[in-house]
Amino acid sequence: MTAAAPAAKSNVNILGLTKADYKAAPSTLCAGCGHNSIADKVIDATFELGLKQHEVIKLSGIGCSSKSPAYFLGRSHGINTLHGRMPSVATGALMANHQLYGVGVSGDGDTGSIGFGQFKHMVRRNVRMVYIVENNGVYGLTKGQFSATADVGQELKHAGRNELPPLDLCLEAIIADCGFVARSFAGDPKHVTALIKAAFNFPGTAVLDIISPCVTFNDKDDSTKSYAWGKSHDERVNDFTFVMQQDEITVEYEEGETKAVELHDGSQIMLRKLDGKHDPTNRAAAITLLDEAREKQQFITGLIYLNPARASLATAANLIDSPLAWLPESRTRPSRESLDKIVASLK
Amino acid sequence: MALSEVAGSQQTERDPVVNNFSIMVATKNGSGSQTANTALLRALFKMGIPVTGKNLFPSNIQGLPTWYTIRLSADGFAARRPRSEIVIAMNPATAIEDYAGVEPGGAFLYADDIKMPMDRTDIAHYAIPAKAISIKHEKDPKLRGYVANMVYVGALAHLLGLQLEELESALMYHFKGKRKPVDLNMAVIRASAEHAAANYKKHDPFTVERMNKTDGMLMIDGNTAAALGAIYGGFTFCAWYPITPATSMPEALISFSPGLRTEADGKRTYAIVQAEDELAALGMVIGAGWAGARSVTSTSGPGISLMAEFAGYGYFAEIPAVIWDVQRMGPSTGLPTRVSQGDVLKTYFLGHGDSRHICLIPCDPYECFEFGWKSFDVAERFQTPVFVLSDLDIGMNQWMSKPFDYPDLPQDRGKVLGAEALDRLGGFARYKDVDGDGIPYRTLPGTPHPLAAYFTRGTGHTEKATLSERPADWTGNLDRIRAKFETARAELPQPIVSLADGAEVGLIAYGSAHPAIEEALSRLEQTGLKASYLRVRALPLAESIKDFVAAHKRVYVVEMNDDAQMLQLLRLHLSGVEGDKLRAANLCDGLPLTARWITETILSKEASQ
Ligand SMILES: Cc1ncc(C[n+]2csc(CCOP(=O)(O)OP(=O)(O)O)c2C)c(N)n1
Ligand code: SF4
Ligand SMILES: [Mg+2]
Repeated sequence: MTAAAPAAKSNVNILGLTKADYKAAPSTLCAGCGHNSIADKVIDATFELGLKQHEVIKLSGIGCSSKSPAYFLGRSHGINTLHGRMPSVATGALMANHQLYGVGVSGDGDTGSIGFGQFKHMVRRNVRMVYIVENNGVYGLTKGQFSATADVGQELKHAGRNELPPLDLCLEAIIADCGFVARSFAGDPKHVTALIKAAFNFPGTAVLDIISPCVTFNDKDDSTKSYAWGKSHDERVNDFTFVMQQDEITVEYEEGETKAVELHDGSQIMLRKLDGKHDPTNRAAAITLLDEAREKQQFITGLIYLNPARASLATAANLIDSPLAWLPESRTRPSRESLDKIVASLK
Repeated sequence: MALSEVAGSQQTERDPVVNNFSIMVATKNGSGSQTANTALLRALFKMGIPVTGKNLFPSNIQGLPTWYTIRLSADGFAARRPRSEIVIAMNPATAIEDYAGVEPGGAFLYADDIKMPMDRTDIAHYAIPAKAISIKHEKDPKLRGYVANMVYVGALAHLLGLQLEELESALMYHFKGKRKPVDLNMAVIRASAEHAAANYKKHDPFTVERMNKTDGMLMIDGNTAAALGAIYGGFTFCAWYPITPATSMPEALISFSPGLRTEADGKRTYAIVQAEDELAALGMVIGAGWAGARSVTSTSGPGISLMAEFAGYGYFAEIPAVIWDVQRMGPSTGLPTRVSQGDVLKTYFLGHGDSRHICLIPCDPYECFEFGWKSFDVAERFQTPVFVLSDLDIGMNQWMSKPFDYPDLPQDRGKVLGAEALDRLGGFARYKDVDGDGIPYRTLPGTPHPLAAYFTRGTGHTEKATLSERPADWTGNLDRIRAKFETARAELPQPIVSLADGAEVGLIAYGSAHPAIEEALSRLEQTGLKASYLRVRALPLAESIKDFVAAHKRVYVVEMNDDAQMLQLLRLHLSGVEGDKLRAANLCDGLPLTARWITETILSKEASQ
């Protein structure tokens, strides 16, 4: 008994659940698809955070990427919506029940083209949720058309050569006043997990643009969305540690190099600049960084912008603490006398 | 002055016409005549005279012609009339047309700076010194146009014998008891009435007298009634995008909800989001409905088009939502400030693949209120998007209404399983027909139970909501949804039928055609034609409609669209022989139907029988 205890402890999280409890249906995506590893990291992150699955909803649009929510958190309600329209559904669902955590998964086509307007408006409204873009620079599910994040000069079998500049989804998020903007690489599981954990605790929309290679249609070595490119070009602009409210701060950084950003629930994100490069609490610097990287086709990763100051939509809407969806009739149907009064005023 | 004396002098003495005529005011959009017109309407209403106020306005903010019509009807008829007895011309741009349109025997009041030939001898003429009086009473030239409206109110009051105290109380109501604006406006009205008393010789027979036919009644527009209905239905979420004529519904929600739905700690039991477009509006409403909110949006035809994909999704994924379609005239931007019933087929079948939707069809503000709350019960009970088909005439015009009745049923939240039920049942299958009515059970996100979760998708699914492309799963699911739809058919608001003894002719109508039908029925009866009437109040069509058609030889379907849309749905509903009894009586010109048009159309069709 005593001997077994430590082993058992390392297998279970704060809720006494194993990682297997956070899994769902097996993936039907191509073997090696970047989306699979991201789904696994959602499992790792939520397991490590000890989230109660019934307090999480998972949402998506349409695409290979948007199938991902079927492959994690089997005990959470999930909704696979319309192509590009997950942001609106998420907005409604998370207003109907603002106590829930939301995790949405989208693709670069889903977010960058058909759903671009909804994406920007959701960010602008600051709906509290983790919004993951599994960005592969191509339409996977419809078999290899260019997406709006495709590289200039990228060649695809049927589509030919792309002549148009790519949209940078991180840049777009910052411009729309997103307070948590990060870029990562599906081939860097530790970084992805750390970002997802921090994002779940962010009090607004957290956008994670995760380069997620499509092994079937866009994994040529010269594509900026390929595994090879990601591995050889990944330039980390900062490092960070997410410290949960109940944890002791054990991470040690050298003086002057770290910065702690406190989130509303008392948890903290400890940021560490690498090579003195980038301060993610500086919006203008974040924009410049992204713009330059885009120009030079640099693959920068990290927590690019962080600012928890803006109120979430639910806070701005001054909602009662209980979820709207669960209110009993006594709290949603005004009295008979109040109707009599209105009727009298119209007479 | 000379003009009115001369032209009107050929009018002979006639019996007074009391409380039974229409007044039309022709102004320019944005000229501020609304206060004047609503004050007139309210004064007449408070005198106990049944009135309706209709605003015929252009798609424009300022400058284009606008006509406001007040119909007084001692008998309580509320439909539009093709012409008015009293026409007040304040807009030179339309004065010639307005002049020609005065009902013979009527009266023409005109701003005295309108210069044009006025040679009709069958009407009375009165010049209104709008400019002179407004210059005297208003120093600010910018406000003189507004003040000029009160000049016609004063002149009209004198001619009709409308007591100025009645107008004063109406203005007190309008300005919510603020003395200053009331006094300013009353000074102009008084000056104008005094001028009229000194200068007009009455050549027309129209007068008003107190009666008691509006006791207990209220005055309201359908969109405000719909919003109040939604509030008393316990709406918790609304997303919307502005579009005429639907905008005033969510705007009424925004103005009434804080007072009715704020808790002691100052926090709200509802959320209203102005979306980036109608597509997103319905996306939000579907998302909220999925999570368990009573969720509503309001739009018009163009917005309905944008909502198509979500409507089909909501139907198939079985998510409650309420969508008001305050119909206006299309196709395209069409006549955005004119009425139509042109969205019947489109909303009923909205989506892709085989889908059809429950529609509720109110005919007046009273039913807007009732369907405003009931629509949530229907949506949650049947777990599907529910459309409420109102229109511009009901939604934006002022109607007399009996007082709204407080909801007589508790909220029906539908078949929702909580944690205890899941414990008891040991789980559930989201899309299984347990009760034989086609309606499955759902759980809400946030339910604290490991077996509560399921995955909602627009793709083919099994009873357990898992992905499936098996033909049998597909057909089984659609058959069940169809069965659910059949359950709804019997439970939705049933048609209102009035059978005329031994009538061969029946009329079927719906929505805002109702007031004109009521009046047409009485006219038809005067000509010796007895007709029965069935008013459709919901789709899918009730079974009892078959009996109604069977009981008559010829059935006219009266509606305001070009494709005879309801008639087409009725044909699908009826057998061939019964369907052959249907005749179209449809008009699509952007204006509310009149009893005159309906009567003449039916009589001429009957004559050529
Ligand atoms: C309204 C609509 N238009 C088009 C489609 C077809 N469609 C499905 S997925 C997709 C593109 C998906 O690309 P992306 O979001 O990048 O996801 P990926 O498959 O690459 O992960 C398209 C165009 C659709 N489902 N709905
Ligand atoms: S096609 Fe590409 S994006 Fe889709 S599953 Fe396969 S590898 Fe992944
Ligand atoms: Mg893609």
